[in-house]
Amino acid sequence: MSRTASSDLSLETINDLSDIALDHRPRRGWWIAFLIAFALTVLLVISVVWLLIKGVGIWGLNAPVMWAFAIINYVWWIAIGMGGTFISAALYLLRADWRAAINRYAESMTVFAVCVAGLFPILHLGRPWFVYWLFPYPDKMDLWPQWRSSLFWDFAAILAYLIFSVLFWYGSMLPDLATLRDRARSRGRQIFYGLLALGWRGEARQWLQLERWMLLMAALAVPLVFSVHSMVALDFSEALLPGWHSTIFPPFFVAGALHSGFAMVLLLGIVMRYSFGMEAVITARHLDNLARLLLATSLVMTYSYTSEIFTAYYSGEATDIATVEFRFSGAYAWVYWSSIFCNVVAVQIFWWRSMRQRTLVLATIASLILVGMWLERLMLVVTSLYRDFLPSSWGMYYPTFWDITTLLGSLGLFAFLFLLFVRFLPIVSMHELRKLLHQGEALP
Amino acid sequence: MSESSSYGVLASFGGADSLLRAVTELRSRGHGRLEVYSPFPIDGLQEALEIPGHNAIARWVLAGALFGGIGTLFLQWYSSVIAYPLDVGGRPYASWPAFVPASLEMVFLFAALFGTVAMLLAGGLPLLYHAVFNVERFSRSSSDGFFVLIRADDPAYGNDEESLRDLLGKFNPLSIDDVAQ
Repeated sequence: MSRTASSDLSLETINDLSDIALDHRPRRGWWIAFLIAFALTVLLVISVVWLLIKGVGIWGLNAPVMWAFAIINYVWWIAIGMGGTFISAALYLLRADWRAAINRYAESMTVFAVCVAGLFPILHLGRPWFVYWLFPYPDKMDLWPQWRSSLFWDFAAILAYLIFSVLFWYGSMLPDLATLRDRARSRGRQIFYGLLALGWRGEARQWLQLERWMLLMAALAVPLVFSVHSMVALDFSEALLPGWHSTIFPPFFVAGALHSGFAMVLLLGIVMRYSFGMEAVITARHLDNLARLLLATSLVMTYSYTSEIFTAYYSGEATDIATVEFRFSGAYAWVYWSSIFCNVVAVQIFWWRSMRQRTLVLATIASLILVGMWLERLMLVVTSLYRDFLPSSWGMYYPTFWDITTLLGSLGLFAFLFLLFVRFLPIVSMHELRKLLHQGEALP
Repeated sequence: MSESSSYGVLASFGGADSLLRAVTELRSRGHGRLEVYSPFPIDGLQEALEIPGHNAIARWVLAGALFGGIGTLFLQWYSSVIAYPLDVGGRPYASWPAFVPASLEMVFLFAALFGTVAMLLAGGLPLLYHAVFNVERFSRSSSDGFFVLIRADDPAYGNDEESLRDLLGKFNPLSIDDVAQ
């Protein structure tokens, strides 16, 4: 592995990273991005208020396509989160030390993506103000959740995943918050970071407990990632609809989740690397490794797509075969072929090392994958619903103005939270980098 | 033990290796009440300080996992069999296979909650005030400073802080400070 850039990494470089959060005057680029993200977040708020006033009728939902953008966005966002957890947990267990440079922002990405994802099922409820009915709580209505429904399993999965991600993120941030506390010059910031750091002193006993805890949390996080996205898949495969009722869905969804999650990590990594001059920390090797991971997940995706087609024809079920053929050549065929191009074909360029070293190529392919994975969810949700068993219940789906504003608004909210994160929190796991530097082996 | 207003004596070192040498030496001279501070976890420090190896966090994680899993199974069973039994075509009230997914998620959730609380408490957190924060240069402990503190309640601390400073001086520290209570 190339270690050319590692010579740039020193204790001073690592300490300088904390100044990104402590710098009082953010750059103009940050302000421009922040204002755009803020405007989109306001657009989301307006869309949600209008939704609460008028109901889900403002979206393009109608019989037979009763699930659309809200569910697509939900699956897309929660899938992006999976990539962050996988990078920080699975690679931690594998002692892939290169992750130390990217795990913090990957985990932050997870937390924000899951927050955004969690909004959509609630908004989709129709009467979102009754969301607390999903909780099993003692009440006088004799109201209990339907335990046998995958929708409740999914609710449990999102809840567990959100809280778990926040804990994992915050716990491993404590030593870095202490660094910010100790390096902050203004009283307000000292108090702000002092409270967040909970009094971390870097005592031998605290490090020991933190490392034990990290290991246990990482070991829990890996099966959690797989289980959460399997629950998302079960929302679909528990139904009897052709195109959804398939046993391959849980692993297929997990692979898709990692695919889009890694793409987002790569894209954000490139952006952070250039906007903060972090070439010594996020090196060419990180981008190369992420591109390789994308190549690996794209192969699993290819297998899943092929297997879906094979299973449909092998089953001999007329409706299953029809669903596949409608995807190939029906009204939404362009969605199917675009997602195949983005998720399967375009990524193959990463077989060439020279392509994995070109930032523009990396950023383009990562963006294509993110678009492709969104289109794939559109394909899965809409093309299964618009052609049902009975031709009498066939119908088209068209998104409305509010569908689009809600999607754009969710992107804005994610960017808004992420921009606040890079401004106020330690964007790199400094304590892990220091340990790597001390060991002097396999520097990132 | 003397009734003094001092919390201990704090020495700082230039790196992890000199810190580790000082700790080993101090331990061998009978100084048991040491606190060691570093900007990153140092391998070998646990052995040098003879911190017991038993892992309390792992037990709390297991306890949380069992609580979340069995608790959720029980809740679903209670709701379906006792509180609100619903006969659907003569099927059993308790649908155990369908109860598993939600219980599995609660295993992860409660294992993490218990484990995180155990991690914080075992590390003595949250604790916003600590005597060692009174030393100005201690703020470097979170970036590039390595510190050893001999606590005033150490049996071999003695009443004579001068000799303690002399002893610490033998390990070539960068600085020696008294820590006010």
